[in-house]
Amino acid sequence: MIGTILLLAVLICGSTGGEIAMTYGMKATGEPARLRQKALLIFLGRAVCNGWFWVAIPLMAASFYALLVLLSWKPISFVIPASALSYVVGTLGAKYILKEEVDAARWAGVILVCAGVALVAIG
Amino acid sequence: MASERRLRIKTLVMVLAMVVCANVGDLMLKRGMTQIGVVKVSPSALGHAFWLTVTNPTIWIGILFLIGFMASYMTVVSWADYSYVMPAGAFGYAILTLLAVVFLHENVSATRWIGVLLICVGVLLVGQTKPSTTTATDMQKVTA
Repeated sequence: MIGTILLLAVLICGSTGGEIAMTYGMKATGEPARLRQKALLIFLGRAVCNGWFWVAIPLMAASFYALLVLLSWKPISFVIPASALSYVVGTLGAKYILKEEVDAARWAGVILVCAGVALVAIG
Repeated sequence: MASERRLRIKTLVMVLAMVVCANVGDLMLKRGMTQIGVVKVSPSALGHAFWLTVTNPTIWIGILFLIGFMASYMTVVSWADYSYVMPAGAFGYAILTLLAVVFLHENVSATRWIGVLLICVGVLLVGQTKPSTTTATDMQKVTA
């Protein structure tokens, strides 16, 4: 039980932490000049030189590893609904770490998506 | 107003690219691993499975789509809010269910349909909000 909770924590915190670190890095890189192949390649090249990119990758890898181990322990109908909590944790991270404005409509949307993902996995 | 509309359109295009690449990539990986068969856990079997994996073209197509997902995700969060992009990505669950019904003629339970409905309403609600509430300058202040 404790092992499952710990792995769920690694799964949720790893994925949201990784995505928040990636967002930090990408905002610091700035958006591509144009949505054309050459401009996008230059932009992605600049992005991988940003330190936050390399903070994000191990966090996402740890989260993926935790997912694989959890899937070998528990049924998918438990793992995916439980991991849907990452939508709520991610939104909290966006509000308090990335300082995004999360209004009532966005919160309502996130909670509906979270419940929806859990129901799709259970169903 | 025109710039807000342009922002919404380019965010929508990149989120759609993200959803399509992630789902096609997962589907290709699943198909590739099915072609390889059940992997036994022993040093020699794992080595053999690794060789079969890296020489399987379907797996490589899957990896290319997943790289496409990562590139579109990185691009869209360079201007849009993480809290806007993340729930929108869940739209893939709804698309997969619809594809399963239309093309694979799978039976979908009422619970799953309610889930799909909740995801669609949730994504629509998030879609009504402003795609970007921070600027690169704000973020550089936060990271400093």
